[in-house]
Amino acid sequence: MTINKLLKSQGAAVAAVVLILIVIWYLGAAVLNAPFQRDQNERTQQTQTSGAFIEATLNQKRPVLPAPHQVLVEIWNTTVEKRITSKRSLVYHSGITLSSTMLGFVLGTLLGITLAAAIIHVESLERSLMPWIITSQTIPILAIAPMVIVVLNAIGISGLIPKAMISTYLSFFPVTVGVVKGLRSADPMQLDLMRTYSASTFQTFWKLRWPSSIPFLFTSMKVAIAASLVGAIVGELPTGAVAGLGARLLAGSYYGQTVQIWSALLSAAFLAAMLVTIVGVADKAVRRRMGIAR
Amino acid sequence: MTEIQATGAASTAGAAEADAFRVIEARELCLTFETNDGPVHALSNVDLAVDRGEFVSFIGPSGCGKTTLLRVIADLEKPTSGSIAVNGMTPEEARRKRAYGYVFQSAALYPWRTIAGNVALPLEIMGLDQAEREERIARNLALVNLAGFERKFPWQLSGGMQQRASIARALAVEPDLLLMDEPFGALDEIVRDHLNEQLNQLWDRTNKTVIFVTHSIPEAVFLSTKIVVMSPRPGRVHDVIDCNLPRVRTLDIRETPEFLAIAHRVRDGLRAGHAYDDQ
Repeated sequence: MTINKLLKSQGAAVAAVVLILIVIWYLGAAVLNAPFQRDQNERTQQTQTSGAFIEATLNQKRPVLPAPHQVLVEIWNTTVEKRITSKRSLVYHSGITLSSTMLGFVLGTLLGITLAAAIIHVESLERSLMPWIITSQTIPILAIAPMVIVVLNAIGISGLIPKAMISTYLSFFPVTVGVVKGLRSADPMQLDLMRTYSASTFQTFWKLRWPSSIPFLFTSMKVAIAASLVGAIVGELPTGAVAGLGARLLAGSYYGQTVQIWSALLSAAFLAAMLVTIVGVADKAVRRRMGIAR
Repeated sequence: MTEIQATGAASTAGAAEADAFRVIEARELCLTFETNDGPVHALSNVDLAVDRGEFVSFIGPSGCGKTTLLRVIADLEKPTSGSIAVNGMTPEEARRKRAYGYVFQSAALYPWRTIAGNVALPLEIMGLDQAEREERIARNLALVNLAGFERKFPWQLSGGMQQRASIARALAVEPDLLLMDEPFGALDEIVRDHLNEQLNQLWDRTNKTVIFVTHSIPEAVFLSTKIVVMSPRPGRVHDVIDCNLPRVRTLDIRETPEFLAIAHRVRDGLRAGHAYDDQ
């Protein structure tokens, strides 16, 4: 394979980017962890060769920036090596975060579609509702999340629901905006056609507007599912760090366990990538079934 | 102009019988669009009468209101003043009774439905049961020579086939009146000739009333029993030309003196209607 061909293949491109990131990460870890290592060497009156010094910066117990291999070892130890039911298993925590992400995503998508359908049918709703919908997204989620958790807790709702509510809050917005655009994307000629059949509003919606909006819906859902995950993690922060990836992040920062923080972060990123991929696959499958995939 | 007299005579005589055969009757029809650049007179004092079984073409340059007039008949636009009756009803009543089938400039097939699914669309909306739907789909696809393409998606068909499918969709409603808005405008000449022949045969076999918008003179003369020549600014009827060629026509007819004489008259009408704004 020529170099050109190699560069053009997507797998090679992704691998190259990952390689560059890892190199930068190692360099960063060595530089950022060096001061601590220097201090420690002074205290223990130790002199090291440069090679040994760099090696030491990449293998500290509580580094400022953990090296990639430390994070990978931590992830390995807390996934494959631990029972899923263990409180220290990342799979267990990911599962908890995933469940509220999914519940929030489903509710958010349904809410988004409902709002979009209402907005395109009732003209006054667009003017009255849209400003509030947009305002809702300008408020920092970190400010709202604790209030939602506390208020719902006060009326006896705790656990999955409050976290899912925060996911819903973040995920309904892209769906509303996308589906409004999608429901309006029907060709004017096709809308006229429905009129010549004297189709009801309901029939026009299900037979024309809804199918036209499907590509827009899936694009919005990709954004929404990632936002849901962020919402679920943020929702876990103020719950007193019981369980979930958010709890791992919080516990890690309490005890200065940077390796734990980074492994939770990477798990969250991996989870987000998986979720977006699944929505993408569903998108392709639905389009193929509808016959609009080429 | 003879048209107005004929209409007037029929009404004053009060012949209910004659009215029964009148599919379209428009009198002093005006439609003005209010735009930012001031009012646009899309239709100005249009009189029109179409009898059952006729094939009437509206021809004229763009902006003459031919499509607007068709849309008024279909109740897709509301006239500003004047009266119009479709099958003796208001256009809205006629639309609600699904009195007509409409074929647009482009096929406007739903990309997520197969060809059979597209033809089924109006039938589902009408609430027909599945057996009836399937029977009508098969019959009308056969009518436009698309049998065997039921399960194909629109993008798998050529432009001409897509437009035929959209004609089958309009016919499946089984209307007595077919409104066609430049249905072959986007197709190349060879396909267009072929579809013109097929449409002529279809009209002859089904005995429907067809109103056909075009800006092609040969197409109008080849298909029509009556040609309405329109002119722009304001959109109005310039001339109504009878086209008494044999009912079933082949493309050869376009070489005959009779055909050429009518085409010549249409061209003269278009030129006269156009002259004053060619500054």
